[in-house]
Amino acid sequence: MPIVKNVTCPICGTFCDDIELTVKKNKVVDVKNACAMGEAKFLNYSDPHHRNLNPLIRRNGTLVETSWTEAIKKSAKILAEASYPLLYGWSSTCCEAISAGIELAEEIGGVIDNTSSVCHGPSILSIQDVGISTCTLGQIRHRADLIIYWGSDPYSAHPRHLERYTAFTEGRFQPSEWKRYVSRLRGVIGKKKLERASQLALMEEFSVPPITGNQFPPTLETEKERKLIVIDARRTHSAEFADYFVQVEPNKDYELLQAMRMLVKNEELEVEKVAGVPVGVLEKIVDVMIGCKFGVLFFGVGLTMSSGKLRNIDAALALTRDLNFATKFVIMPMRGHFNVTGANMVSIWQTGYPFSVDFSQGFPFYNPGETSAVDILSRDESDAALVIASDPVANFPRVAAQNLVKNPLIVIDPEKSATALMADVVLPSTFVGIEAEGIAYRMDGVPLPLKRVVKPPKGLLSDEEILRRILREVRKLKRSQRRSNA
Amino acid sequence: MTELLIRNGFVYDPINKIDGEKMDIAVKNGKIVEKIEGKRVKKINASGMMVMPGGVDIHSHIAGAKVNLGRLLRPEDHYKDVEPRTSKTRSGVGYSIPSTFTTGYRYAKMGWTMVMDPAMPPLKARHTHEELNDTPIIDKATYPLLGDSWIVLETLSEGRIDECAAYVAWELNATKGYAIKLVNPGGLEAWGFGRNVSNIDDTVPNFNITPREIVRGLCKVNQLLHLPHTIHVHTNNLGKPGNYENTLKTMQCVEGLNHNNRPLIHITHCQFSAFAGNDWRTFESAADKIANYINAHNHVTLDMGQVVFSDTTTMTADGPFQFILYQLSGNKWINGDVETETSSGIVPFHYKRSSYVHATQWSIGLELALLIKDPWKILLTTDHPNAGPFIAYPKIISWLMSRKAREKMMKRINKKARSKSLLPTIDREYTPYEIAIATRAGQAKALGLKDKGHLGVGADADIAIYDLNPEKTDLNANPRLIRRAFKHAAYTIKDGQIVVKGGEVVKSISGRTFWVNVEAEKALVETRILKEKFAEYYTVQYENYLVPEHNLAVSAPIQVHAEV
Repeated sequence: MPIVKNVTCPICGTFCDDIELTVKKNKVVDVKNACAMGEAKFLNYSDPHHRNLNPLIRRNGTLVETSWTEAIKKSAKILAEASYPLLYGWSSTCCEAISAGIELAEEIGGVIDNTSSVCHGPSILSIQDVGISTCTLGQIRHRADLIIYWGSDPYSAHPRHLERYTAFTEGRFQPSEWKRYVSRLRGVIGKKKLERASQLALMEEFSVPPITGNQFPPTLETEKERKLIVIDARRTHSAEFADYFVQVEPNKDYELLQAMRMLVKNEELEVEKVAGVPVGVLEKIVDVMIGCKFGVLFFGVGLTMSSGKLRNIDAALALTRDLNFATKFVIMPMRGHFNVTGANMVSIWQTGYPFSVDFSQGFPFYNPGETSAVDILSRDESDAALVIASDPVANFPRVAAQNLVKNPLIVIDPEKSATALMADVVLPSTFVGIEAEGIAYRMDGVPLPLKRVVKPPKGLLSDEEILRRILREVRKLKRSQRRSNA
Repeated sequence: MTELLIRNGFVYDPINKIDGEKMDIAVKNGKIVEKIEGKRVKKINASGMMVMPGGVDIHSHIAGAKVNLGRLLRPEDHYKDVEPRTSKTRSGVGYSIPSTFTTGYRYAKMGWTMVMDPAMPPLKARHTHEELNDTPIIDKATYPLLGDSWIVLETLSEGRIDECAAYVAWELNATKGYAIKLVNPGGLEAWGFGRNVSNIDDTVPNFNITPREIVRGLCKVNQLLHLPHTIHVHTNNLGKPGNYENTLKTMQCVEGLNHNNRPLIHITHCQFSAFAGNDWRTFESAADKIANYINAHNHVTLDMGQVVFSDTTTMTADGPFQFILYQLSGNKWINGDVETETSSGIVPFHYKRSSYVHATQWSIGLELALLIKDPWKILLTTDHPNAGPFIAYPKIISWLMSRKAREKMMKRINKKARSKSLLPTIDREYTPYEIAIATRAGQAKALGLKDKGHLGVGADADIAIYDLNPEKTDLNANPRLIRRAFKHAAYTIKDGQIVVKGGEVVKSISGRTFWVNVEAEKALVETRILKEKFAEYYTVQYENYLVPEHNLAVSAPIQVHAEV
C-alpha cells in the first residue's frame, strides 16, 4: 500500500507537516504521527453523511440538487446584483482560494472578512498599536528555557504544540523537559489513583490539589532546564503538565499583566493580591521571566476574547517588549485554523489590511467595527453573502446570523455545515490538503504546501476553481450589463 | 508578438557607450533587434525624449514575510495613499510599503522594469515568491539570507569551504534565490539570545567564528559557484556612529581574494555604514573616507541608501539594529526571528529636515554618490523603504543632476548639518548618461544580468522613454522638469509590450522571477548529510522546505556551473 509522507495536517495552527498516510483504493486507511483531531479528519472526512456531492439550490424553500452551471450562474447573479455583499470565512482554505476571493470582492465592490475578526482580531489590532516581538517556532524549540501559555490550552486545542515546538522538544541550546515531566506525571498519577479510590467510595467530586497558591516551587528559580508555566482562569489539561499553574480570576488578565509590567520596571505593588494571585508569587514569576535566557508567552482566545479584549493584548505585547531590555522575550498568538495566518497574509499583501477589507469605494478600506462581518450583519447592512470554509450560523451572535440568512446566501464548503443548511446556493468543494493542493501558513508565518493525497469524488471542484468560475461569470454579467446600458 | 520601432529618441545606453545619440530602437518578440520593417510595426515617436533601458533596482524590500509584517503594522501609512481599481489595474494602497499590485505599477510608471528583493529568510521563501508572483509587470529576483545560517557558520568555522559552497548551491536552488545576502554577519545569530557582535573581529557566541571569516568564506563560496552577482553585504554595526571603520575593514577583508579586477563584494545602502563620530552628538559624515577607498579600489560596488525626508517604515533582517532604532524613536516595534537562519525587525521612522542626524544622513548619501568618481561603482537606491520609499527616485535624480536642487534643499535642513555638510564644496552634476548608469546599466552590470540594463541587439526589450529634451532644456537649472519626467515615464516597454503610456498603466502583464540554478556535483552527496541535519535543525520536513519551480508564476532560471 502506498504511504504518503510529510503530509501537512489541515486542522489547527500548529500545522504539523510530518504526517504519514497509508492510502488504499483512494482512501486513507491509516494515519501516523497525527493527533486525535488530525487522525479523525483524515480517516472520516469522506463520510457521505457529512458532505454534499452535488451543488444545491433553494427552490420553493427547499434545497434541491442542481448542475454546476446553474449554481455558478445563480451565485454570480446574486453577487453582481448585490450593492453591499459580504464574503466571509477563508481561514480553512488555501491561499490560492483566498487570492481569488479578494479579486472577487474587488470586482463586486464588497467586503471580504476572515474568521480572525471574531478570533485573534483583537491581537492584530494590538500589534498595529504596539508592535510585536516574535519568532518562528523552531527558535523556541532551540532556545526557550521559559515557556508560558496564557489563556490557551494547547493540550486540547493544539495537541502537538508542546511536543513539536516547545516544552517537550529537544533543541540545540535547550534539552527537552520530557523526562522531568514523565517522572512528575508518574507521581501525580499515583496520587490521583489513590485519591480517586478513596473518593469513589465516598462518591465525592474528585479534585487534584492545586499547584497554585502561595508556595512557588523553589526549583523554578534554580533549575536550568526548560520551565513551563500555565496561566488561565481555570485549571486546564495543559496546566497538569506545567511546572507551575497560575489561576487568574476571570476577566482580570489585564490587571495581572499590568502588575507584571510594573514589576518588570521595578515598581512596587502596594496590594496583597492582583487578580487573585499573591504579590509575593507574582514577584517570583517576574524574576523567573527576567532571569531566563529566552522566554516565550503564547496566548490564546482566553486572553483576546475575555473582558478587555485588545487592551489585554496591548498589555501582553508591551510586557514582552519591555522584557527585551533585560533578556530575550517573544510572544505569539495561538492561531486556531490551519490557514488563518495565511488568510491574513494574503489579505495584507494584496490590500494592505489583514481582515475586514471593504472595496465598496473601489479601493481597500479597513475599519474593524465598521467593516467587520459581525458588525455589518448586526446592523443589517449587507444584502447578500458568500460564506466559505466556515460556519457563521453556528457561531455568530443570533442577530448577525438572522440577518445573514435573511438575504441571499451562497456557501462554499465540503461539509454540510449549519450555514450550508440555511443557504440559497450550496457549492460543495473538495477538502484542501487531502483532495486538493495549495499553500497555507503555520501560526508563526511559515508557509507550507498542502498536499493532494487522494482523488476527490467525481464532479467536485476546489475552492479556488469555484471562486474563479464565479468571478468569470460575474465579469460576463457586468459586461453584458454595460453593453445593454450603452 | 508586437513589433515596435522607437524613433528619433536621444538614446542613453552606457553599456554600449551610446551617450545621447539620436537613433531608432527596434523591438521584436520581446527583444531588441537590429532593425525592423513592415506595415505591422508600431512606431513610437520619441523625438525630443530620452530613451533608456528599463530601470533596475538592486536593493528594494518589496516582498516577503518582513515586508508584509510592515504592511500589517501600518494601517495609518495606507490610509493616506490609496489606488482605486481601474479597468486595467487592481486596487491597492501605498505609501511606504505599498501592496504588491501597487508596487509593480508604481515601479513601471517610473520606467523601472526589474527589482531585486534583497532579504528573503530561506524558511519563508515560499512567502516571498507568492508576493513576487502578485507583483505585476516588473521582473524580480530575491536574495536568501545566508550569513547567519547555522550550516554556513559550522562549515566555515571548520574550514570546509567546499561543503559550504555545496550547501549554498542547494539553498539557492531550494529557495529559488539569486545571490548570497549577508546581514550583520554573526550578529543575527547572537540576537537569537538578545545579543549582538560589536565588530568584524568579534566572536559569534556559541559558534567559533568571526564576521570577518563569514564574509571571506562566503566571498570564496561565491567565486566557487560562479554566481552572477557578488556577495551582497549589510555590514556589522550598521546605523551606529563611527561604523565607517568597520565598513572599511569589511571591504578590505576580501581584497586579497581579488582576481581579474572584478567586483567581489557589494556593500549595500552604504549611507547607513558611513558614519563617523563616537556618539549621536559627535556624529558626522565619513562619506569622504569611504569614497577615497572606493576611488582607489575596484573590487567593491555600493548602493546609496539615500535618505529622503518623509515618514517611512524601516525594516531589515538586522534585528539588533531595529531594537536600537526602537529605543531611539520610541515607535512601535516588530521583531521576527527565524529559526536556524536569521532575524528581522520593523520600526516606523520619520526622517526630519530639522534633525541634525537625519539631515546629515541625507547629505552622506549624496556625498557618496558625488565623491565616488566612477558612477559604475555607486548605484541609486533608497534601500526602499528604509531611507525612503522608492517613489522618491525622481527627487534623488534631480539632486544628483542639479546643484541648484541640492542647494534649495540645503537651505531647508538643520543648520548644524548644513554647516558640516561637504555638499557645498562639490560642483559635480550627473549627466543623463551617468544617471542611466546609476539607475540601470550599473545595476544590471553589478547583478550580472546580461540581457538587462542595455539596448544592444539581443537584450530584453525593457525600455523607458522620458519626456525630457537634453538639447533644448538646461537640465541642471530645471530640477523640477527632471522630477516630472522621471516620475511619469512617457512610455515604459516591458518585454516588447507597451505597459505604461503618459505615466499611466495601459497594460498589466506578469513579470518573470529570476533565480540561479547552480549545478554543483558535490551537492548531490551533501544533500544526504543535509537531510540528517535538517530534522535536527528545523521544525519543518526537508521535502516541505523546498520551493518547487511551479510555485513561481513565471520562472526564469539562470544556469550556472559551479567549481564544486
